[in-house]
Amino acid sequence: MIEVKDVHFSYPNGVQALDGVSLTVKKGEFLAVMGQNGAGKTTLVKHFNGLLKPTRGEVLVDGVATTKVSVAALARNVGFVFQNPDHQLFSETVEEEIAFALRNFGLNEDVVKKRITWALNLLGLAQYRKTSPFMLSGGERKRVALASVLAWDPKILILDEPTIGQDYQQKEKLRQFILQMRTRGKTVIIVTHDVEFVAECNPRVILMREGKIIIDGEARKVLTNPEILEEASIIPSQIAQVFLQLSEMGLPCNVIDVYEAKSILLSFLESHR
Amino acid sequence: MALVETRNLTYTYPGATRASIREVSLRIEKGEFVLITGPSGCGKTTLCRCFNGLIPSFYQGELEGEVFVAGLHVSEHPIYEVAKHVGFVFQNPENQLFALSVEKDVAFGLENLGIKREEMRERVDSALKLAGVYDLRERAPHELSGGQQQRVAIASVLAMQPEIIVLDEPTSFLDPLSAKKIFEVIYDLNKRLSITVILVEHRLDLTARYADHIVIMDDGQVVMDGDPHDVLRSEEARLIGIGIPKATRLFQLLKADGMNLGEKVPLSSEELAEMLREAVKDQ
Repeated sequence: MIEVKDVHFSYPNGVQALDGVSLTVKKGEFLAVMGQNGAGKTTLVKHFNGLLKPTRGEVLVDGVATTKVSVAALARNVGFVFQNPDHQLFSETVEEEIAFALRNFGLNEDVVKKRITWALNLLGLAQYRKTSPFMLSGGERKRVALASVLAWDPKILILDEPTIGQDYQQKEKLRQFILQMRTRGKTVIIVTHDVEFVAECNPRVILMREGKIIIDGEARKVLTNPEILEEASIIPSQIAQVFLQLSEMGLPCNVIDVYEAKSILLSFLESHR
Repeated sequence: MALVETRNLTYTYPGATRASIREVSLRIEKGEFVLITGPSGCGKTTLCRCFNGLIPSFYQGELEGEVFVAGLHVSEHPIYEVAKHVGFVFQNPENQLFALSVEKDVAFGLENLGIKREEMRERVDSALKLAGVYDLRERAPHELSGGQQQRVAIASVLAMQPEIIVLDEPTSFLDPLSAKKIFEVIYDLNKRLSITVILVEHRLDLTARYADHIVIMDDGQVVMDGDPHDVLRSEEARLIGIGIPKATRLFQLLKADGMNLGEKVPLSSEELAEMLREAVKDQ
């Protein structure tokens, strides 16, 4: 469980990035953090693994304040995948990249090998085992960064913009993977601008603006509220947009799923025959 | 000859065992807004690197076939000559920003073109405003967020006023409203000044509406090439794993269940909403 209690944070240059954030993320929850550029999303999640410490307030991970433990100790339980994979990758081969953290955690070589194979297969990277990460495409590098964190199987997984550069099939795999993680009791937190991805996953969503949380609720509620979305510089997902435009015809306004949309429209048109 | 034309283009990076793009033949006319999409790793970025001569001049490797851009046979000209015609916004903005202030970064290309100081001032300011980074003009690019850096990279290309702008996932770090505004600026330049736009994107929900030509790549090859309404209506496009806009997908699902809203597939929520209104009116 992650407990964020009235956290304020200012960067050394004086920019205040968080302005009184309180939030509880329970074990097994799937949370999407959304909001405009510079709203404090990445700053907030960097508090969850202790990379940043609050200027005021506190963050507890499984009951322990992040100021009381090292980032290295927290990392075992809290995996973090950065927005820009080039900030994270440094090894000569994809395999070495994934092995790095596993060896640092002191796992034996047999386990390391198994975990590497597991993570590579999961993310469709098996053919790149011996390739340099820097020879891969942007989307593939992003998946290598993800694989290197998934491999140590942290309890809490933080993904900063995981869908950047990913095609539809990769996103679908990511969605399936997140669902799988949840059934295993893992907590997944994503920072994202990808409204279509969020609409398909229907997680709990918080919207941030100027260092504060402005709304907290399930995706179908948050993503169909155009006023509050605009405040957070988000556009409703395309299905939500269709229904918002047709609200004068008496259609519901809180639809984000394409299959649900289909059934509603079919019965609506049927009743107008 | 088209403004951008490739003929049987095949390219292999140095040290790679197989070609990243194979037999690509493509024609892009002046003033077109072209969307290039396809699964991750299919060769989109590689193809774009051929349009400004980075391939083969910078990346080396083995290039077969030909690329013509604005009448230049690209492999016979140095990058700086091709760059006068083609502005390039990279996938990772950090790969193109280097100056100590945003303003200087945006001015750099103009200095190289030998533009007069007054005109340079004007073009830099106007590009900064279009990209929404005028207030950041004295900041250091490396201190900015990913989204802000992307805007600066876009500004530096807009300032050059090239005939052709190539953008490789240019708004991936931007929030949706900011991304939409940037695409609208680019679309406006395309329509108003006939600047040819070549955009690489996965997020067709955001971008399909602007395109008048869409190219779908898969495994190094061009597999579909044509009008977006035609290309996106096909089942093949969906099976390759393209992120069909949700409005298009909903239209297809309704059609499969016997509710045909029309011949032309919608690419945006506005188009679909309009079709649904008509359908209700007709009944």
